[in-house]
Amino acid sequence: MSESSTTAILSCRGMVKRFGGLVAVDNVDLDLAAGEVLALVGDNGAGKSTLVQMISGVFRADGGTVSLDGEQKVFASPEDARAAGIETIYQDLALCDNLTAADNIFLGREIRRRRFGLLPGLDQAEMRDRARTVLDELHIRIPDLNAPVRALSGGQRQAVAISRAVYWQARIMVMDEPTAALGVPEQRKVMDLIRLLKSRGVPVILISHNMQDVFEISDRIFVMRRGAKVGDFPTSATEPNEIVRAMIGG
Amino acid sequence: MTVQSSGGADTAGAPGVGVQAVRLIGRVWAWLFLLALIAFFTATAPHFFDLFNFQAMGANTAIVLVLALGQTFVIITGGIDLSVGYVMGLATVVISLIMQNMVGYPLPVALLAGMAGGLGVGITAGLFNGFVVARLNVSPFIATLGTLGIAQGLAFVLSGGPPVSIQIPGLGALGNGYVVYWHSTFGLGLFGLPEGVTGPEMRNVRSFIPLQLLYAGVLTATCAYLLSSTQFGRHVYAIGGSAKAALRAGIPVKRDLFKVYVLSSVMASLAGLMYVLRYTGGVASSGDALLLSSIAAIVIGGASLFGGEGRIGGTLVGAMIIAVIQNGLVLLGIDPFWQYAAVGAVIILAVLADQAKLRIVR
Repeated sequence: MSESSTTAILSCRGMVKRFGGLVAVDNVDLDLAAGEVLALVGDNGAGKSTLVQMISGVFRADGGTVSLDGEQKVFASPEDARAAGIETIYQDLALCDNLTAADNIFLGREIRRRRFGLLPGLDQAEMRDRARTVLDELHIRIPDLNAPVRALSGGQRQAVAISRAVYWQARIMVMDEPTAALGVPEQRKVMDLIRLLKSRGVPVILISHNMQDVFEISDRIFVMRRGAKVGDFPTSATEPNEIVRAMIGG
Repeated sequence: MTVQSSGGADTAGAPGVGVQAVRLIGRVWAWLFLLALIAFFTATAPHFFDLFNFQAMGANTAIVLVLALGQTFVIITGGIDLSVGYVMGLATVVISLIMQNMVGYPLPVALLAGMAGGLGVGITAGLFNGFVVARLNVSPFIATLGTLGIAQGLAFVLSGGPPVSIQIPGLGALGNGYVVYWHSTFGLGLFGLPEGVTGPEMRNVRSFIPLQLLYAGVLTATCAYLLSSTQFGRHVYAIGGSAKAALRAGIPVKRDLFKVYVLSSVMASLAGLMYVLRYTGGVASSGDALLLSSIAAIVIGGASLFGGEGRIGGTLVGAMIIAVIQNGLVLLGIDPFWQYAAVGAVIILAVLADQAKLRIVR
């Protein structure tokens, strides 16, 4: 069902995660090719989030391997995964509301410079310039770069989180319900951003409950139920009823 | 394709003139309030608007300000350090005991030994607070309340209760002296009287910039730079904004919290050192009453006890507002106990102003 792993950027084999007696993810294989949008769907508790959290370094897998470009990786932490190019956009955004868009894009990876060749300091002007550049590149309009991000709308905040990932040259973008907290017009904007990422060759794993979004944007739909993979469909060759049947096991 | 707000355009569009004005006022209201207070006391209190009164105010508030500097970092991370008052007290006792046992040594040697002891107190207390808060995940309020008790107990046990005084000549000059001295015939003196001034002529020397103010000024500038312009400072704000987001961004949150609590305790021990220089001795309870003033200064300066907001400049103006209120009320001949009430009222006013600002800007 899945494509051959030779073209895959990301290749997971036999992923297992247990929480006590519960097997949250049970021997799942997953491949992701360049520029591909993979929708990861399933009912609540199907193991979608747990699976991507093993990929993004939040959870240590109890079994299985993750390979990037054919090279096997072990991620001890989200920083490890991020350093390898796997960026995760979380449901609750992971932005610091009290900081500006530029501060958030460079959070934890600030550009430093020495003042008078001596004092360690931050290069705030450079960070602001580069933030402006990446936001422009993604056609994201932030009216006031000096305002804390809490002054921005939900969609703009989501866009800041995505531009952070883009700036740091994400090889793979993992998005867990990126539109769940947004109004309809803002959901459209996030969909546009995913399309833009795709056009830049960045593959996306998208967890979503929204079938309309899934069918609109994905190339492939990966269905999980009770921790196991139960289907992997090319989006063009399936229809919502088939996906829902796979999800609920009808 | 443009990502911009369609739902909530009023809050997310380009900031309107009104919002910008509120932001500006929110940033400078404390300074305006300070100016208003100065104008008020200038008009009503005799001898208030006087360089020497201002210098006395500065010298008197320097210790509270230093105590508040480190606390500002803690409060921005969303924590609080209740132990600073007694960490300062313990530091004064330890410094004094060390120096009193070194009578006969040259002043610089005794002073360095005392400073080492004081910094030792600060670093130990800070590491302990950091450990309990960051590693054991105890709430900062409880953790530092525990440290307060421990430091208080140790300070009283070590000192036996009464003040520990130091009989080393020249020590008091370091705490009560001035940077610049001027005499109309003998000329200028830096860090000491102009050459040749003796006896009754000393009364005609004018002095400028108390050393206490110099010490506090250097520490204020250092902390302001650390907070506003370094990676560490940025991470302090990030932790206060969202510790979870900071962690996900790869910020070493626990290590930074250690640093913040050590900074707070070290500032407290430096405040203790300034106290020892000023009063040539140590008292276990010397910082007790200053804890509340230092937190008040920070809150008046616009910091949020929920974390994420605050500046050293705010803390500075907050400390100045408290100093002016206390000084002005004394000069007006009002019972000093009213000072507490007045400072309390200003704290509530400051928080209300902050809430109003947030409501409008959001």
